[in-house]
Amino acid sequence: MSRRNVNAIPTDDPSAGPVLEFQAVAMRYGRSPEVLRDIHLSLAPGSFHFLTGASGAGKSSLLKLIYLAHEPSRGLVRLFGRDIATLPRSELPWIRRRIGVVFQEYRLLDHLSAFDNVALPLRIAGRKLSDYRSDVAELLHWVGLGARMHALPPTLSGGEKQRLAIARAVVARPDILLADEPTGNLDHEMGQRIVRLLIELNRQGTTVVVSTHDRSLVEPSGMPVLRLEAGRLYGVSAAA
Amino acid sequence: MSDPPPPHHDAGARPGPLLPVQDGRDGALMFVIAVLCALACLAVLGGAAADRAARGWSADLKTSATVQVRPKPGETSAEAAARGAEALAGVNGVAEARALDRAAAVKLLEPWLGKGGVPDDLPIPELVTVDLDPAHPADAAALSAALAKAGVDGSVDDHGRWLADVERTALTVRVAAVGAALALAAAAAAAIGFATRAGLQARREVVEVLHLAGAEDRFVAALFQNRFARLSAWAGLQGMAVAAALWTLLRLLAPADGFSPLLPQAWRDLWLITPCVFIAGAIGAISARSSAMTMVRRGYGSGDGAER
Repeated sequence: MSRRNVNAIPTDDPSAGPVLEFQAVAMRYGRSPEVLRDIHLSLAPGSFHFLTGASGAGKSSLLKLIYLAHEPSRGLVRLFGRDIATLPRSELPWIRRRIGVVFQEYRLLDHLSAFDNVALPLRIAGRKLSDYRSDVAELLHWVGLGARMHALPPTLSGGEKQRLAIARAVVARPDILLADEPTGNLDHEMGQRIVRLLIELNRQGTTVVVSTHDRSLVEPSGMPVLRLEAGRLYGVSAAA
Repeated sequence: MSDPPPPHHDAGARPGPLLPVQDGRDGALMFVIAVLCALACLAVLGGAAADRAARGWSADLKTSATVQVRPKPGETSAEAAARGAEALAGVNGVAEARALDRAAAVKLLEPWLGKGGVPDDLPIPELVTVDLDPAHPADAAALSAALAKAGVDGSVDDHGRWLADVERTALTVRVAAVGAALALAAAAAAAIGFATRAGLQARREVVEVLHLAGAEDRFVAALFQNRFARLSAWAGLQGMAVAAALWTLLRLLAPADGFSPLLPQAWRDLWLITPCVFIAGAIGAISARSSAMTMVRRGYGSGDGAER
């Protein structure tokens, strides 16, 4: 699977600095107390991190800030060298196209086939079916869903949905891949395969952040771990 | 997970629609738009017929005049009328002038006095009816001058007072028809806008996924625009067909020129409603796009205001 640049976006300086930088970032939902506080984070291009923490620690909220689904209540967020607070709304789509997301609840489109779900980011990017048909089919085979291309998501098992969501997240070769509990509905063997897939993508240059509370996935990998506790990011460490 | 793909597959033969095809509300919306389009078409057809009637009356009044003559001492009324008609017949811009005999004049009074209700001794003015040349009609001054020159004592009525009333009525009918059509179009636009917002709200999850996958606002708006343009055009076609069928039924059942002298129908009027399909489609597209753009820029609701 060759690397392909399908999205072009002007950046302040695309070749230098971290792909993601948080400085004193906080986040709240509405008028509720802050769920994230004083987050400092910098991700180098091509890095791989696990994001761990107990349920409710703020893992999904942190990922929402990264994939631009939510605005911080304070602090500085820079993505690909751009301060998102000053980013015009018209440029958000171009940033988002460089970020692949595996949602915890999959967020597949139930009325579209598995093939069309995976092809979604490519269609949105304006690619023609004839350009991406074989790539999508190949990817579906790669995640073990080659025989279920025409299936609708409601007819898939939890594990199949999970793999479909992963395929959709990586099909456009994003610069950053965020995975929120990507192995939550998979057995251990399939979970390990998914992690190996993510690591392989990382080796090709994709910056990967995997949110999980499954220590059995984290510890054997030896990858750095970001740990969230009660809304605070306590540090970066290599997995034991 | 690493099985090679088969050499041939038909996956993605045609991309599926990004918005779910079926929506229970579409049928109701289509019905509303079809009814509004049918009413708009009927308003246009009615306006065209009424306008034709008014134009006909106006043309009749413009190309005719009535002269009341008063006989000289020792002259009968009929002689005076005949002399008046003779004097007017030679005027430039007059096609024909003829004296109206008493029987014809009595007939004109019958609608008000009833048949046989005109006493024989009732003095009735002697009238000369003048048909004017439609291309270059003689004016009242020329007719009066001709009467004076011939020594006929008479007064000319060029129907100017009635003409103004008729033309004002025709203008009112035209404005009313266009106004009704515009009001119905506005109602259709409002209904489509409401349906778009409801549809976007109902598909919030889909729209959010599209946005997070990098869709621009205009991409999302175009999905709704295209959907409601097609729906509106189809509803417009149905509304137009219903209006045309009703109009045709009236035309076929009615005698001569139409259902009523006030609404003289003509087959060519049907051409007037053919743009309904395109106008309905355009209204659907514009209204849906405008509503969708407004809503996606606001964050399509339900959030806490900090979602992007």
